[in-house]
Parts: sequence; C-alpha cells; structure tokens
Amino acid sequence: MIAGVFRRVGKAGRAFASQIGSRASSYLRHIGACASLLAMTTRCLFARPFFFSNLIAQMAKVGVESLPVVAVNGAFIGMVLALQGYEQLKMLGTEGLLGSFVSTAAIKELGVMLTAFVLSGRIGASITAELGSMKVTEQIDAIEAMGANPVQYLVVPRFIACLLMLPVLAVFANMIVVVGGYFFATSILSGAGGASGVSGEHFWDMVQSSRSFMVKDVYTSLFKGATFGVIIATIGCYMGFSAPAASGAEGVGRATTSSAVLSLVLILIADFLIEYVSGQVLDI
Amino acid sequence: MTSFEDPMVRIEQVHKSLGGKEVLRGISLEIPRSETTVIMGPSGCGKSVLLKHIIGLMRPDSGRIWVDGEEASAMSLRELNRLRQKMGALFQSAALFDSMTVADNVAFMLRQHRSMTRSEIASEVAKALEMVDLTGAEKLKPAELSGGMRKRVGLARAVVMHPTLILYDEPTTGLDPITARGINNMIRDMHERLGATSIVVTHDVESALSVGGYFALTQDGQIVMEGSPREALRSDNPLALQFFHPDQYVASLNKDNGGGGSKSAGGDGASLG
Repeated sequence: MIAGVFRRVGKAGRAFASQIGSRASSYLRHIGACASLLAMTTRCLFARPFFFSNLIAQMAKVGVESLPVVAVNGAFIGMVLALQGYEQLKMLGTEGLLGSFVSTAAIKELGVMLTAFVLSGRIGASITAELGSMKVTEQIDAIEAMGANPVQYLVVPRFIACLLMLPVLAVFANMIVVVGGYFFATSILSGAGGASGVSGEHFWDMVQSSRSFMVKDVYTSLFKGATFGVIIATIGCYMGFSAPAASGAEGVGRATTSSAVLSLVLILIADFLIEYVSGQVLDI
Repeated sequence: MTSFEDPMVRIEQVHKSLGGKEVLRGISLEIPRSETTVIMGPSGCGKSVLLKHIIGLMRPDSGRIWVDGEEASAMSLRELNRLRQKMGALFQSAALFDSMTVADNVAFMLRQHRSMTRSEIASEVAKALEMVDLTGAEKLKPAELSGGMRKRVGLARAVVMHPTLILYDEPTTGLDPITARGINNMIRDMHERLGATSIVVTHDVESALSVGGYFALTQDGQIVMEGSPREALRSDNPLALQFFHPDQYVASLNKDNGGGGSKSAGGDGASLG
C-alpha cells in the first residue's frame, strides 16, 4: 500500500515537473519570438517604403486621443496625492512642503506610470485586438501576398507612435498631476479648513524649489516613457500576430487580455530596473 | 490543349506538417501555363495550405516549388516579394483592409511597388474596378459592401498589377448561387482578358466545372487524380465520382454492399448531395 502511495506521488511529481518544463520552454519561446519581432522592427525603422500616413494616424490615436483620459486620471491622482500628502505632512508640521511633495512624486514616478498604465490598457490592448482580428481574417496574409512586409506596414508606425508619444504624454501627465494637487490644496483644502497653511503662491514656490525634483528626474521620466512605449507597442503587436488564426474571436480576446496584463508586469519590472540602475549603479 | 512543357507552377514532393498533423504528404503537381487549373478536394485535405505554399506564405518542410521558372521555396523574403508582384490572390474571406476605402485597398500594391502619381493610381484603380463591375465604388468602406461585392473588390485588388498568375481560394464559398455564378463568370472573364494562369481552390463542383480547364483532385495531402475536365468527368476514381457523379458513386457502393448496405450507402448519398 505504501509502495502504491509512493508510486502515485512519484507519478504526480513527474507530471508536475514535466508541466513546469513545458511551461518554461513555452515562455522561453515567447521571449525569443518577441525579441526577434523587436529586432525586425528596429531593422525596418530604416527600410523603405516608410508608411508616413500610417504613422500620423497612429500618433493621433496614441497621443491626441489619449489626452482626455490621461488628463482626468492625472488630475484626480494629483488631488489624492495632495489630500494624503497634506495629512502626513501636517503631522510633522511641514504641510508647507506640499507643493514639493506633489511635484516630486509626479515627476519621479506617478506621471509616467499613470500614462503607461492608461496606454497599456487603451493602446496595447487595442493594437492586439486590431492585429489579432487582421490575422484571423487573413488580412496579414494578404499584406504578405501583395509583397509588403507586415512588420514594416503595421508594427513600425505603432512602434514609433508609442515610442514618441508616451514621453510627451508623461510630461503632460506630470503637469496635470501638479495642477490637480495645486487645485486641491488651494481650493478644497483652503476652503474646508479655512487655514490650511498652503497658499497658492507658496505651493508654486515649493514646486520650483531645489528641494523638489531635479532635471535628471525629468530625463529619467522621459527615458522611462520611451521604454514603456516600446514595451506596449512590442507586446501589443506580438500578441496580435501570435493570436492563432483558427481560434477566431475567442483567441483574439485571450490575446488582448494577455497583452494588457503582460505589458503592465513588464512596465513595473522595467520601472524598477531603470530606477535601480540610474540611482544605485550609475549614481546619477 | 493543355501543355506541360513549361509549367507555370511545379510542385515537387512537398511535405508539410501543421500542429503535429501531416497536411501535405509528398504532393507533386504541375500547373499548366495560361490555363485555369482547379484544385478540388474535401475540406481539410490541404488544398488551401498548398495555395499558401505557392504564394510563399508557408514554406514546405521538405520538397520544392517553382513559380514561373524560379524556385520559390528557396527564395529570400526580398526575392519572394519581387516574385509576388507577378501574382494576385483572392482570399476566401476577401481579406479586405477594414480601415481603408475600396480605392485604397485596390491601390495597395501599386503604392507598394510602383512609383506612380496619384492620378495614375486613381486611373488604374478605376480600370480594375470597372473589370469587376464596381465602377464608382472607390470611396466605400468594406463594411458597406455585401459578400459578393467584397469578393469582387478582392478580385480587383488581385488583378490591379496585371499578374501572370492569379490564385483563388474558395472564391464562391459563402455566396448565394446567383452571386456565385457572377463570380465564376468574372473568373472566366479575367482569364480571357489578362491571359493569366489561374489556380482555383474549391469544393464547389458547379464553380469548378464552370471555370476549370484542368483539374487536380486532392485527398489526404496527395493528388489522387488530375486531367482535363473530360478526363475528370470520366474518371472512375472514387473521389472524382463523389464530386462529379454522386449518384453513380452511391450506386457503386450499393453494388459493393450487395443490397444489404443500401441504407448506409443511401445515407452517404444524401450527405454528398
């Protein structure tokens, strides 16, 4: 009987190990294919023909059309930041530093992260759904059959649009977060308590003071924005291309979910790595 | 008379496995020049996969494919894209780009491969749309078109570069019989106008007999019968019988089963009809 239990445990263990092995090899295959798509896209950036009208359309979609949602998110995050920051700073008797607190948090981390999160849902998922549907309806086959390169035609414009527009949106988000914090501190906070100790003028002085963010934080934020843009475009396109043609709408739906989730995870990992390398390793 | 001296397409011992299943099992076929060849076979027999090999969308696991005297199966992507300029393909679902107008769809290859002015492109697009009786449809979006119209736009897009080889993947599938007949007439008309070699993959017998000048029947990833329409119609190959003479095929099953099997054979016949 004991031998039987051992046999069963051994069998289950082997099955588990083989499942982990096959999953690991499948992940490695995906990583390899994704890297090769990124390499091919980089090569195609400099190849002809360049589909300029596609690029303009994608930049409008990624940049201009994302402005309202980034603005709303940024304004509310700025207000929440001012609210929570005020409570904390007041306990230390340093509520006068609120302007510095909000602007530092926005520029060092929140502005670009909020933009990346909004875009991975709005743009990354939409790229996957669009390319996945094109794959299922043979449109990508048609592009190839007509002697065009689908990477050049579909991926390159989306890649450049995300690469350029995400940093621009991040700068915009930074500003909106600070404006949201300013609005909350000067209108709601002052209105509610009467004497919050944070005047509008003082808030701006603190935003601009040397105790706030530094120029290198702006550069890091721009670099992060570009990196997150590359992640969103590459994962979005890869997931769209790898949606199995025979799986129809279900496969496209699955690919879209995976695209948004995977982009978010990779963005968080990249954020940590950039912060760690720039702060600890390069000490800039 | 069909000539095989210089075939447009030569497929030699092509094997292809997809998802662990061997779809093409050493298939060999020669497609005669300036003729409409119909590749027929039941669903899942690998005929669309074979078509994708000819366009170069798939590469064989083993075996070789020549198109217009050049070995397509050994080409780099750049060479293949040059070769594809001689080809036009009409996909099963027409595969029109949803985000573009009809004119932009038809102009895609011209913009990709030719240095032409806007007015030259517009004139070529108008000519291609005229060939498929869709004059004036330039500004419509694919979503505004019926199934038959989408196929016709797909055909205009396939022939806009005046290809020497036109490939049709299930051109009449999903269409009502009247529209399907219209598409068949258009395939014949296109063949006469352009003098191109055409390959039609279908399981629609009426369409095959209407357009075909040469027949190749595939089953289980191999060619089981090929020849002229007359030879195909007279063939005693079971698959040819099932396609062209289902009644005779059922009768032959009944004879083999000695009457006792009439019920099951009748069932087969019903499903074939």
